[in-house]
Amino acid sequence: MNLPIEAYLVVSTLLFFIGVFGFIARKNLIGILMSVELILNAVNINFVVFNRFLYPNELEGMIYSLFVIVVAAAESAVAIAIIINVYRKLKNISVESIESLRN
Amino acid sequence: MDFDFIDYLTGQNIMFVVLSAIVLGCGLMSVLSTKILRAATYLFFTLFGIAGLYLLMNYEFLAAVQLSVYAGAVVVLLIFAIFLVKNLGHETEKVSCSKKGIAALASVLGIVMTLVIVFNEGIVPAVVGPTAPQVDMQLIGDTLLGSGKHQYLLIFEASSVLLLACIIGAIVVATKSKEEK
Repeated sequence: MNLPIEAYLVVSTLLFFIGVFGFIARKNLIGILMSVELILNAVNINFVVFNRFLYPNELEGMIYSLFVIVVAAAESAVAIAIIINVYRKLKNISVESIESLRN
Repeated sequence: MDFDFIDYLTGQNIMFVVLSAIVLGCGLMSVLSTKILRAATYLFFTLFGIAGLYLLMNYEFLAAVQLSVYAGAVVVLLIFAIFLVKNLGHETEKVSCSKKGIAALASVLGIVMTLVIVFNEGIVPAVVGPTAPQVDMQLIGDTLLGSGKHQYLLIFEASSVLLLACIIGAIVVATKSKEEK
């Protein structure tokens, strides 16, 4: 007997909301970036699972998660560049310290 | 009831349970850990477990990409950033309890809502279990580099332009300006 598709969806749901929890609760920018990676990975699992269980002869879900991985890598590179720039200016990467955009 | 449980005790299901325990446990630790370097290490194991899930579903190429891009590049980049930012690796992060409470409340509400939807939707899978054969490598190549129907050459090229733009953008943002030097 194989596990139903719901088992996989439960895992991806839990991972997604673990990421959401971290996104809200974390204070420093690198922690927030890591939570975003968790969220993107949960979405990827969903794509792949739906592809595998509902349309086993198609490739769309897999290709989409490939592109999501590419975009996530690009996003994290730019985000880290911004974080390093912020650190250089403010000597701090906590979200509360970044208020210069507000004025 | 006992009989049902034995029925489900196949190697694939055991691997699924082990891998999802790794993914969820390490994900939770990565979010909850107060030291950011430890959080990055837990994130690494989470991504590893997700690659294992892809392997379990017979997507070898996707698992390889996941390992090389996420575990190989993104986590290393994160760790370098942590080391570049002074003292961050040892510093502990203090988050107020009310903020954590709000975050936990939002997540639990979201989990309950999503699971209710998932279990009431009545998704009818075309196959029982991830038993489909592994995807032919040549098919992946044709799909990525073809311009016909259900082929993705345009998105492939767009993502290459995106990567180039990101490289340039990252360099421009991260280099010191002249007056700072």
